[in-house]
Amino acid sequence: MIKFFLMVNKQGQTRLSRYYEHVEINKRTILEADVIKTCLSRSKEQCSFIEYKDFKLIYRQYAALFIVVGINETENEMAVYEFIHNFVEVLDMYFSRVSELDIMFNLDKVHIILDEMVLNGCIVETNKARILAPLLILDKMAES
Amino acid sequence: MAASLHIYLRMIKENPSAYKDLTGSFVTILKQIVGGKLPVDFNYHSVPAPWLQIQLLRILGLLGKDDPRTSELTYDVLDESLRRAELSHNITYAILFECVHTIYTIYPKPELLEKAARCIGKFVLSPKINLKYLGLKALTYVIQQDPNLALQHQMTIIECLDHPDPIIKRETLELLYRITNAQNVSVIVQKMLEYLHQSKEEYIIISLVGKIAELAEKYAPDNEWFIQTMNAVFSVGGDVMHPDIPNNFLRLLAEGFDDENEDKQLRLYAVQSYLSLLEIENAFYPQRFLQVMSWVLGEYSYLLDKGTPEIVITKLYGLLMNKSTTSETKAWIMAAVTKLTLQAPSSKTVEKLIQEFSVSLDTCMRQHAFELKHLRENVELMKNLLPIDKSCEDLVVDASLSFLDGFVAEGLDQGAAPYKPHHQRQEEKLSQGKVTSVWCATMDVYLYFRFTAVLNFEPYGLSFSSTMSSSGCTGRQSPAGISLSSDVSGNSAETGQKEINSLKLEGVKKLWGKEGYLPKKENKAGNNPELQPVAQDSTLVENVDHMMLKKDQPQALHHSEEEAEKQRLASSLFVGLGSESAVSLLGKTDTVSHKFRRKSKVNGTKNREVTIAHNINCSSFNPLSNVPYENNDHLNNIQNKGGTGLKKCSLGSEVLESDLKSESLAELHLVENLSACNLSPPSLFEDNSMEIFHPPHPTLSSFANEISLTSSLLEELNEHVHSDVVELCNNEILKVSSCKIWRDDCLLLVWLVANKSSLELKSMNLEITPTENFKILEHPGFCFPIIEAESTKSIQHHVHMEKPFTEEGLSGYIKYQVEEDPYIQLDFSVTLSLLDFIRPMKICTEDFGKLWLSFANDVKQNVKVSDSQANLPFALKTLQQKLRLHIVDIIGNEGILACYLLPSVPCLLHLRAHEGMVALWFRSSCSSLPDYLLYQCQKVMEES
Repeated sequence: MIKFFLMVNKQGQTRLSRYYEHVEINKRTILEADVIKTCLSRSKEQCSFIEYKDFKLIYRQYAALFIVVGINETENEMAVYEFIHNFVEVLDMYFSRVSELDIMFNLDKVHIILDEMVLNGCIVETNKARILAPLLILDKMAES
Repeated sequence: MAASLHIYLRMIKENPSAYKDLTGSFVTILKQIVGGKLPVDFNYHSVPAPWLQIQLLRILGLLGKDDPRTSELTYDVLDESLRRAELSHNITYAILFECVHTIYTIYPKPELLEKAARCIGKFVLSPKINLKYLGLKALTYVIQQDPNLALQHQMTIIECLDHPDPIIKRETLELLYRITNAQNVSVIVQKMLEYLHQSKEEYIIISLVGKIAELAEKYAPDNEWFIQTMNAVFSVGGDVMHPDIPNNFLRLLAEGFDDENEDKQLRLYAVQSYLSLLEIENAFYPQRFLQVMSWVLGEYSYLLDKGTPEIVITKLYGLLMNKSTTSETKAWIMAAVTKLTLQAPSSKTVEKLIQEFSVSLDTCMRQHAFELKHLRENVELMKNLLPIDKSCEDLVVDASLSFLDGFVAEGLDQGAAPYKPHHQRQEEKLSQGKVTSVWCATMDVYLYFRFTAVLNFEPYGLSFSSTMSSSGCTGRQSPAGISLSSDVSGNSAETGQKEINSLKLEGVKKLWGKEGYLPKKENKAGNNPELQPVAQDSTLVENVDHMMLKKDQPQALHHSEEEAEKQRLASSLFVGLGSESAVSLLGKTDTVSHKFRRKSKVNGTKNREVTIAHNINCSSFNPLSNVPYENNDHLNNIQNKGGTGLKKCSLGSEVLESDLKSESLAELHLVENLSACNLSPPSLFEDNSMEIFHPPHPTLSSFANEISLTSSLLEELNEHVHSDVVELCNNEILKVSSCKIWRDDCLLLVWLVANKSSLELKSMNLEITPTENFKILEHPGFCFPIIEAESTKSIQHHVHMEKPFTEEGLSGYIKYQVEEDPYIQLDFSVTLSLLDFIRPMKICTEDFGKLWLSFANDVKQNVKVSDSQANLPFALKTLQQKLRLHIVDIIGNEGILACYLLPSVPCLLHLRAHEGMVALWFRSSCSSLPDYLLYQCQKVMEES
């Protein structure tokens, strides 16, 4: 099960955070800071999976942006690792060449996409066309 | 569909057998996905719906586990998945990993296993670190089934062990942990310790330390190594490690193995190593380690040469004076010093220590110091109290503090107020100076224990854990509870605690299920002695045995006879395991997991405990029937009675009532046959005559219509229990009688006004004087404009009770006019007792538990009863019949009953019979009701 989904940049600023398990607000900041610290300290040759406390972190770096997912022991690390990439591909498709700014200024849409893909900590949709379908309808509504 | 699979996965995880029939569908879906039947946009890097595949593979793994038939269905598709997953992309590795996992989870098929093993090879050998990690993870899993696979990859594993990335190292260690045996244990443990020294992460330390300790205990090649490893574990793991580790270590040391010599050496080595560790100046050791050291030194220093106790005491004294030592550790050390004092009675250091701590601000330490001081003055006592090398003798700890019962009863007799639990005291905010504080504390624990243990309360977990933690606390804080027991050690305190723990748990689980007291059948069996004489005999003896046990030893309360059976089985199973793993410390391999062993130990001790209890408390009763004959007979009788009573009660009031009804019917018949005399109006509930209406024998023909009216009236209300018609007042013209009808929702008073004269009565007025105790639902006055000659009118009043009381009169008057004469007034009064307003409350045990906790007012009283009624069923029957309480449940010699006072004030009763005494315990939301009920109960019990 996925515990949380984070997008943090190299400066340690959280761009997106979504928790699937309750974490107190003040503890979230501490956790996020700690998580990005651990991820930043790792080199490219090192494993993308980190043991962190009693769960695992899976991270992937895209330019200056880190996507970090916390999972428990039931999840398949590699599947989650590839899922992150799938998520980025979806963003890329929607924003056409996604950048950190896109995420900053369209946070609502990123959230919609993420919520389409992950439900209650489970990966429920990975078909790009289907993920984007509701969002595209919304956009159409907004235009008209 | 992807979303639904998650739900299926969860449900299947919980109950795989219920979904076996879906295997076919899942296989078909997976086949379609793997075969590329899905639309192209489901593909991820040209792999069709990989996450869906992973999910399905997981589900199939769960379904096929240990089930050859279901597994059969999945072989094909798994083979296909393996084949299709061309190793082109990361995601295929994820699928492969899941595939391998599934193949090794389901019922094995050699071909597939071979293919899967080859796959793992690809993983592990991959230069990509993520894949390597995944491969190690798969290997860790696979190796449990097939250790040989590790040999194929041993070089890779060795490489990974020195990998710079800690997570790879960690995973490798995890793998090694699974393949540890007696030969490789020292190497593996050494690697683990190395990693441990580098790691700072608390979680990793905790889990690794646990694993090392487990391996060391299981496979230790020799004593020296074992002690050294444990020393390392304690100094690194320090205070974060699981408390079980030091506890187990100490137990291992104390209980020893088969070989006495070996034990001695191990202990001696431990003592020596600790002494040398303490030799080092300025070394810092975690508190837990210090505690372990002090215990071992205290227990086993005698193994050293003579003259050494002084040295050891000096060392311990040094520790005591250390500022960084916590007070908990100080208590441990103090206990150790106390033990050592016996060997060095004239030690100067001890004297110094006593002087120093007699004025300590820490009250705990001061107490210990005084205890030590007094013990030193009496060497004989000290020898008895602190025998050498007796740390693993079992202690019978009477957790329920039943030995205080007498004291409590005495206190009550002398007029002390019954103990009220803390929350109630607060609630009432009464100054209860009378209650002695010691008594408070003990009773609190006592009652809490008994209740949480016996009744399946809803918030049980909560209260339970709180009690346990408190007892755990005491165990920890005073490892040398000198005043408590002869063997003072953290270990024994801990064992005792564990025993209590498991005892209670079992008692709750097995005796009181959701549906109530489980061994009901057993009682029924006891009820038909002719049917199963043999089986019954043994059941009875055991039952009696069990009952007797309960009486004297509430601790053993929960050992029903089936449980004893189970334990015998378990201990016979586990003892073997236990000894085996103990031997393994000396170098033999075994596969028994650590937990098993631990369990077996607990079981063992418990069993021994039970035997002790048997011996002490019912020396002549042994479940295996070497029982003296007359005892047997006598007890059979008791049990028979009990059995019948129990059956009746458990079958509910229905049977009981019908039983009694027939009884009283016969009785009635008899009496009527013998003479035509008037039946004296029977007391309210005596012999259940309320079931049948027997009319007062008519003497005056003019009453004929009254009778017909009453009978018709009562026929209407036939479904309700009612009293006889009692005449209240009469004169030559009018007669007023009344009848109580105990309806479920209220007390219905029926007044019958009969006009005996041949004249018409006019404007008859019946008025009830209002009192504060009763609430009459209708208007208390009633008016008949006219009553014809020789006729009867009835008036009904619904009465509720406002305030509990024992007995109270309800008075009223009736006024009437005969033709134009002035009003004539007749006064009458009827006595209502509390019992008129008590109704059985039909609730289940669980609700009872909930209610019990929610009520603050309680009253406790021991009632002495004659021997014949000392048995519980009898007492319960009496209460049910005479007070109309509902029997909620019965367990052994305890019963719970419930009733409510109209309109809706519940009151609960817990009843425990022991040795000619019945302990009654009421709880209610109303403060005065328990007292009144208690009075009624006492009265009823004295009468019977």
